Amino acid sequence: MNIGVVVFPGSNCDHDCEYVFKAVLGQDVTMVWHKETSVAGLDAVILPGGFSYGDYLRTGAIARFSPVMHAVKGFAFEGGLVLGICNGFQILLEAGLLPGVMLRNKSLHFICQDIFVRVENGATPFTSACRPGQVLKIPIAHADGSYYTDPVTLAGLQANAQVIFRYCDAEGRVTPEANPNGSLDNIAGIRNAQGNVLGMMPHPERCAESVLGNEDGQLILASMVEFLKKRLPKMVGA
Amino acid sequence: MKAKIHVTLKQGILDPQGKAIEHALDSLGFKKTTNVRVGKYMELDLDQTDRAKAEAEVKAMCEKLLANTIIEEYRFELQ
Repeated sequence: MNIGVVVFPGSNCDHDCEYVFKAVLGQDVTMVWHKETSVAGLDAVILPGGFSYGDYLRTGAIARFSPVMHAVKGFAFEGGLVLGICNGFQILLEAGLLPGVMLRNKSLHFICQDIFVRVENGATPFTSACRPGQVLKIPIAHADGSYYTDPVTLAGLQANAQVIFRYCDAEGRVTPEANPNGSLDNIAGIRNAQGNVLGMMPHPERCAESVLGNEDGQLILASMVEFLKKRLPKMVGA
Repeated sequence: MKAKIHVTLKQGILDPQGKAIEHALDSLGFKKTTNVRVGKYMELDLDQTDRAKAEAEVKAMCEKLLANTIIEEYRFELQ
């Protein structure tokens, strides 16, 4: 299995992703420079966190035009697994692979801290190792993570079980107080309608082994590996 | 030809920077200041003398890159 991690100028979580897939989960990893025009041979593509192009103009707005993104789009349309983490999520939004947009955090602060998310849909290639409703502790680190979309799109996301993670408290209660950045509907992660593209603001790669005192993030990355091992021809369920 | 482009958040989209500035103005004694909105200003030179073509070009730039039309609106002048 070969996991591709895209490297944009300004990516800074690329090596963390590489490390977890390689050293913790035992998979091959290929680092893909953003000038590449093909992702052929990869089983999944990770868009890592960071500050691609210095967040100039808007987060992810310039990275989405990197040559590799054309290939990533094609890969996604063919059903390939794509995970965007933090800045990667912002790039997926700007690229139109996921609906909506990120606004500046309501507090205006850059927030770097552990938060809790509730797994709203455990029947996805990214969450199959989680129990539905399971509460995960994962760090966030962003200034622009306030998810926004129009009411019609939001209703669609809710109706199709595309909201995968919601910010919650330690007991799993989704409350305004547990929402760190002002995201609509406490949204921390969504997937596309086909189910093969996930964007999430929390960083699972930063909490994926016991030596770090938290392995919750491993559930997400290990779910992907398990899914790819089984090579299911179609996405499972809603 | 020079294009002067303004990109602002649409009405109804929360603008926390605008709110923070509004509070700061308030604390400075500018009590009746409301609806502060923060936006971006860009200018660029176009190698184009046909006004209609320049307009179409800048519009395309705004739609594709300079503004995210889910949350932002844009306007521009050509000189």
